[in-house]
Amino acid sequence: MSEEVVAVKIENALKTFGGNNGGMFGMFSRRNGNGGAPSGGKVAVGGVSLEINRGEIFGVLGPNGSGKSTLIRLIATLLIPDGGRITVFGHDVIENSRAVQTLINRVSVEASFFKKLSPMENLMYGARLYGVPAAETRQRVVEILTRLGLERDSIYKPMEEMSRGMQQKVAIARSLLSKPMLLLLDEPTTGLDPRSKREVQAFVRELRAAHGTTILLTTHDMHEAEALCDRVAIIDGGRIVALDTPEALKTLISANGHAPTLEDVFLELTGRQLVTEEDEES
Amino acid sequence: MSTAVNELKASYAFIERNYNIVKRYWAWELVWLVYTVANSLAVSYIGLGVEKMGGGGVDGKYLVLYLAIGTIVWRYLSVIFYWVTDLVGLERWEGTIEYTLMAPITRFFHMLGQTAFAVVYSLIHTAVVLVATMALFDISLAHANLWGFALLLVAGSLSFIGISIVGSVLPLLFPERGSQMTHLIIAMLLLVSGVYYPVDVLPDWLQAFAKFSPATYVIDGAREALLNGAPTLSLWPYVWPTLIMGVIAIPVGLRIFHWAERYAKRTGKLHRNG
Repeated sequence: MSEEVVAVKIENALKTFGGNNGGMFGMFSRRNGNGGAPSGGKVAVGGVSLEINRGEIFGVLGPNGSGKSTLIRLIATLLIPDGGRITVFGHDVIENSRAVQTLINRVSVEASFFKKLSPMENLMYGARLYGVPAAETRQRVVEILTRLGLERDSIYKPMEEMSRGMQQKVAIARSLLSKPMLLLLDEPTTGLDPRSKREVQAFVRELRAAHGTTILLTTHDMHEAEALCDRVAIIDGGRIVALDTPEALKTLISANGHAPTLEDVFLELTGRQLVTEEDEES
Repeated sequence: MSTAVNELKASYAFIERNYNIVKRYWAWELVWLVYTVANSLAVSYIGLGVEKMGGGGVDGKYLVLYLAIGTIVWRYLSVIFYWVTDLVGLERWEGTIEYTLMAPITRFFHMLGQTAFAVVYSLIHTAVVLVATMALFDISLAHANLWGFALLLVAGSLSFIGISIVGSVLPLLFPERGSQMTHLIIAMLLLVSGVYYPVDVLPDWLQAFAKFSPATYVIDGAREALLNGAPTLSLWPYVWPTLIMGVIAIPVGLRIFHWAERYAKRTGKLHRNG
């Protein structure tokens, strides 16, 4: 597969936390990624390899602590991998992080904002960092947020007066203002009510249809993964245990008397993996 | 070139954001301003107090001005320090640090926006303190060299920006207590820089440290300019050391910040909110 059609290429990515990082003096280490994992740490991402195609909606499913968010942070240039290589549209996330940053944006599970500022003020700040002109931002903020169901008045009131769900919609709007070619959605609908979830999911589909945006989505919601994703990777203990289309994944297991769901597949694969690791430890 | 222009425009994001924060926290800003003025006046009153306690041998008016200049210059420099070190601390508090650090803007232009706001904010604070002090103590600056004073503040800003960038590394490396640790730097500078007393009352070993504090030169020079009306050219011995410190401290600070950011990204310290 050529670099042109591959949006994200992850080759044997490794990330370990804790262990011997050299303490404070580790700051002056010349190691700049790919220098191997610190000894004695906890493996968050253990040799993950995958490719995400341009324009694809790719899902990553995994239990808590399975390495989903770490994987997103590695792609987002917020973490430096201990090993392996990650490229975004051909740009290496370590060697050419600035080029990667211009192409991506991210929504995390925590909607993090300056709470006293309004959505407009917060989004103006975010958009300016990506070089989006102020007039365009003012117009698009209103368009996107009203499309996501926010009332016009609330766009100019402090974020602290908004519900968690509304804040998450503002977070989604923030990520869209820079028109990213790759959108990293880390559990974007967690905490949203069913109607809001559907609004966000419809918006994600529209985004891909209208702009061809590549989307990497992590979620706990199996229905969401099935409804949105072209392909899904199931990750557990920092390793991919299955990767295919939702339909193909369902053929991996046999259910007792009913057609297997993605949730059955998830429970079967992650459960077995956990047992295997425990067995190995014992 | 166009990249630099784009990043320069992007650096305005920090100025506008900080302005909006100040605007939204206007009540707190008012409290802080009143506190600053009251604190500065209280220190300046020590001059009149010493005159009264010491009999006729002490020129209270001179002492008031001596203390007021130290206080005003120190307020100016320390407010810059706190705004620049808050570069990371504020974002740790709000949880926005990952969003800012993954944006396509170099740390140089990031700092430029933050420091430009810090300097303007600090100038406004300093002007209010100066006017209040002049009004209450009936001080005349008719014979003072105000341009020389301004030159010293500009030179002092550069070196303090460099020191502040180094200080901003602490909240990056120590998510829980990094912001509080920056107080150590400012307290040490206050001790050795002759803000409220001549440096030569300090023990020799502390006087050695004073030579490396840009505030020492700015405050001494400011006293020459405002108390004695020294011409601008004669202030050069106070200006060049702070300029040199600034020229060294800013790139060194940026380099240390780069190392610290890389370390935080290697160890996952960006994510933890203090």
